[in-house]
Amino acid sequence: MRPFGYTRPAGLAEAGTAAAEGATLIAGGTNLLDLMKLQVAAPERLADIGHVPGLDGIEETETGLRIGALVTNSALAADPRIRKGWPVLSRAILAGASGQIRNRATTAGNLLQRTRCPYFQDPASACNKRVPGSGCPARGGVSRMTAILGTSENCIAAHPSDMAVAMVLLGAEAEIRAAAGTSRRLALPDLWRVPGDQPDEETTLQPGEIITAVHLPAPRGGAVQAYRKGARRNRDAGTGCLARP
Amino acid sequence: MQITLSVNGETRGLDLDPRVTLLDALRDHLRLTGSKKGCDHGQCGACTVLMDGRRVNACLVLAAMAEGAEITTVEGLGSPEAPAALQAEFTACDGFQCGYCTPGQIMSATGMLGEAREGWPSHVSPSLAGPVSLSDGEIAERMSGNLCRCAAYPSIRQAIAKAAALPDETVAEAGE
Ligand SMILES: Cc1cc2nc3c(=O)[nH]c(=O)nc-3n(C[C@H](O)[C@H](O)[C@H](O)COP(=O)(O)OP(=O)(O)OC[C@H]3O[C@@H](n4cnc5c(N)ncnc54)[C@H](O)[C@@H]3O)c2cc1C
Ligand code: FES
Ligand code: FES
Repeated sequence: MRPFGYTRPAGLAEAGTAAAEGATLIAGGTNLLDLMKLQVAAPERLADIGHVPGLDGIEETETGLRIGALVTNSALAADPRIRKGWPVLSRAILAGASGQIRNRATTAGNLLQRTRCPYFQDPASACNKRVPGSGCPARGGVSRMTAILGTSENCIAAHPSDMAVAMVLLGAEAEIRAAAGTSRRLALPDLWRVPGDQPDEETTLQPGEIITAVHLPAPRGGAVQAYRKGARRNRDAGTGCLARP
Repeated sequence: MQITLSVNGETRGLDLDPRVTLLDALRDHLRLTGSKKGCDHGQCGACTVLMDGRRVNACLVLAAMAEGAEITTVEGLGSPEAPAALQAEFTACDGFQCGYCTPGQIMSATGMLGEAREGWPSHVSPSLAGPVSLSDGEIAERMSGNLCRCAAYPSIRQAIAKAAALPDETVAEAGE
């Protein structure tokens, strides 16, 4: 890992300021630390939001559920309300990673995890996402885990999250706080950009913005929900995932 | 930076580079070498410890991030004279060959049995509503974050099943 500074903001305001000033947020760390060890990510400063209060609860709202950004994947999948009303979300989460990873992985960190494209993860390879303009060896290369839809000439990387597939299907919205303290809601599909000619720009988040929660609309009564993942092993990124309400 | 870690009930102050992971802090700075480094990327489970009672990969946590949490390593689980139930069953069932993955397997199983007691479903649970019954398939799925290069899996699962069949209190007590 490259050297970095470490801070623990006490609250959202402090975290927002740190992020606006260029610090990289770290929550569970299961994706970011992995990439830092590979030197795919080399942040100068980490702001550890793992202890920011008020982000680790699941609350009932008038329209459904509000899931705090720091709720772990384990806690979300095991929540009795989710298991009953939004079972496809539990199923999608449980289809991924391992018990240990899910105990650390957070709701926001999961949405914002980076692609597991082998060329992106290998600093010795060209990759338009990592080094804009360097090329995309995944095209015509090892591409069994890459995307079929939403690709471009410049990038065929897939988003690896199982959880996100279910969240999108369920009509979830991200609650996002700007460094100035204002808050906005964004339908999840609008959180991510398709690669187009700027694969390095992955999300529509502005500098200093923090995801504070994900909102799930009320469950659709009576719907049968299922999640199917095609992968060699569960821990691997899916080569294809299907969810149906 | 100054970091205070709480490990197996003891508080230890350390002066560490922010880059040091919890795993390296345990092994290289606190000389608790029970937790092993297999892959250093969250894939093998050899480094599994409990953090506030939950199993995690110590290689994917910075020591600085663990400040304030209660860490339990295999050294804190039991002793040769008074082994925890899982330690005793791994020995009785030959739940290992070379033993490299064993501390991680035992810590992971300790966390896993707690999750099952709380009724957490798994990927292979037929119903999300429960109850959890720890069949061989359930144990295999719930332990899938722990690899064993010697492929001692059948006896690992047997040791866990035997510990799981003990009254809750025995396992909980041993896990303290
Ligand atoms: C061995 C292994 C196997 C895996 N298998 C699977 C799998 O099968 N399926 C699957 O879906 N996933 C899988 N994963 C990925 C895992 O789900 C993610 O690593 C995890 O969800 C990331 O969450 P985190 O909290 O640890 O994120 P972090 O690593 O802390 O952060 C990830 C990113 O999100 C940003 N971020 C975090 N929180 C916020 C916030 N509140 N606001 C703004 N930005 C934020 C960080 O800056 C960083 O860029 C696997 C991971 C590993 C290591
Ligand atoms: S060393 Fe941590 S999971 Fe392999
Ligand atoms: S006993 Fe050798 S790796 Fe598991």
